Amino acid sequence: MTKVDFVKVEHATRSSRVGVVIISLGLVVLAAAPYWGDRETLRLLAELFTYVALASLWNLLAGYAGLVSVGQQAYVGLGGYLVFALAMLAGLHPIVAILIAGPVSALVAVPVAMLIFRLRGAYFAIGTWVVAEVFRLIASQISVMGGGSGTSLPAEIIIAMAPSRTSREHEIYWLALALTAVVLGAIVALLRSRHGLALTAIRDNEVAAQSNGVDVIRLKFVVYVLTAFGTGLIGGLIFLMKLRISPDTAFSVNDWTAFVIFITVIGGIGRIEGPIIGSVIFFVMRQTLADLGSIYLLIMGGIAIAVMLFAPQGLWGLIAERLGWQALPLQRRLVMHKTDWPAPLKSGPS
Amino acid sequence: MTLWINVIIQGVLIGGLYAMFAAGLSLIFGVMRLVNIAHGDLIVLAAYVALMVVQGFGIDPLTSLLLVVPIMALIGYALQRGLLNFTLGEDLLPPLLVTFGLSIIIQNGLLEFFTADSRKLNAGPIEVQTFQVIHGVWIGLLPLIQFIVAIAVIWGLQVLFYKTALGRAFRATSDDQSVAQLMGLDTRHVFGMAMALSLAVIAIAGVFLAVRANFDPSIGPARLIFGFEAVIIGGLGSMWGTLIGGIVLGVSQAIGAQLNPGWQVLAGHVVFLAILAFRPQGLFPKVSG
Repeated sequence: MTKVDFVKVEHATRSSRVGVVIISLGLVVLAAAPYWGDRETLRLLAELFTYVALASLWNLLAGYAGLVSVGQQAYVGLGGYLVFALAMLAGLHPIVAILIAGPVSALVAVPVAMLIFRLRGAYFAIGTWVVAEVFRLIASQISVMGGGSGTSLPAEIIIAMAPSRTSREHEIYWLALALTAVVLGAIVALLRSRHGLALTAIRDNEVAAQSNGVDVIRLKFVVYVLTAFGTGLIGGLIFLMKLRISPDTAFSVNDWTAFVIFITVIGGIGRIEGPIIGSVIFFVMRQTLADLGSIYLLIMGGIAIAVMLFAPQGLWGLIAERLGWQALPLQRRLVMHKTDWPAPLKSGPS
Repeated sequence: MTLWINVIIQGVLIGGLYAMFAAGLSLIFGVMRLVNIAHGDLIVLAAYVALMVVQGFGIDPLTSLLLVVPIMALIGYALQRGLLNFTLGEDLLPPLLVTFGLSIIIQNGLLEFFTADSRKLNAGPIEVQTFQVIHGVWIGLLPLIQFIVAIAVIWGLQVLFYKTALGRAFRATSDDQSVAQLMGLDTRHVFGMAMALSLAVIAIAGVFLAVRANFDPSIGPARLIFGFEAVIIGGLGSMWGTLIGGIVLGVSQAIGAQLNPGWQVLAGHVVFLAILAFRPQGLFPKVSG
């Protein structure tokens, strides 16, 4: 006779407990960076954070929801322009402006999604690119924002943020860390929710997910809009850090899509840890190879193609498959606690 | 009034070029469901190949097609057999990301080799020759040739698709890849031929692009987008539809440019988005049955 007392779903594994401890310690060290790092380190780290966030958002979109977008620069640029416009024209504090840029980007994403969701599969990708081009062309027509040549954030707005240059830099650094942590936290929370289970099902097999009652189209729509929220937020932050914006930099397919795809692919697409690993690799490569100019981009394209062909699961995918690690508790394992069962049994899909 | 007639005629004629961008894209999507993000960069590559042929042999750009077309077709076949065939499958992520990587490689390769300088092919006196159709309405000889070539290319593809053994192989593979394979078709070769054909069309488009205006390594993505918009406006899966799509796009851009020079490309995008909103199947969708 078998008697099952209770069954529960566990997310955590030993590796994820270790992972969470390491990540928490890492966060503490990073939060203290203004006390141990110089100006250049802080600048680099803040930029790294923005790429971690952008790549994680793209990973959610493409890796989980199967929406391959090559037009996320639309929301990076939109966020940037919103922050500049709100700060310069409405006189808002730049940080408040960033917090507004997120929801506004999501709002803009709703009609955009209604249009481009009519394109299927790979054509969807190019459709997202058209949207980004439309945003770029519109931005270059807005004369108060400097038209095609763009504009700089006026000095008085920058000075009003914090009294000294150092404290302003620290403020922006902490903002970058906080926003990235919030974006990542939100993605983890989403993936741990029942919607996350549905998303993982879509990632693994869209048809099977649909046949099990997942409203695939609706969920994709929601993910697209949420991703736009996060991307707009980060876009606003990026251009607050740059202090200058122009249509070509704001809606650059290279900076905000090619690099982001590269990061996600080499790190491991469809895995939450992938973009973090990928960003670190990308920055190490950039710091060592950037002097090569266009050859560096050539190498990058070559590596991305090679990874896609020979190790499509990316670096973290290789590690996770070999060693069964997960850095964050996202797996679902069914754990049964029983009394009369012959031997304890743990099962469930990884 | 004649101003607008001239604008529309110019739009129609440039539409032929866009139709050629679109035809190659539509062809490979039809045969193997591959959307080639490097399509625009391959058009620019063809323009540079033409530049080298023209400079190397001292021949006319239009004559250079005799060499550029087979060169690009060979590149296409090799690309498909050596790389893209390995990305095809159920998952649409690998082909998209690999062609995206390819696009970056081609762009930066051209940049490294030819620098960022603008280039142009010189076709001699036919570039500036025009004739008057009715009073005040002028047509350039070169745009007219380009338009006629575009119609010939579309017609040729149509004949190839429906009247030849290769076309039958394309259609069979498009309908059902595994059944086609069971019937003894080597789909890897069929895909290679489709890509070769697509790049042959790209070669023609690239030469006309290079004669018409300045080009540099960075202009590829915009050509991809124009071709893509023409495909969607015309309706997926229809060759003549891509011609209409190209013309609609060309005319929209010409009208936009006439209203405000900054609106040229934007007007094309807006018409594309309007089609997507109100007639997502395109103007002339393939009759399904």
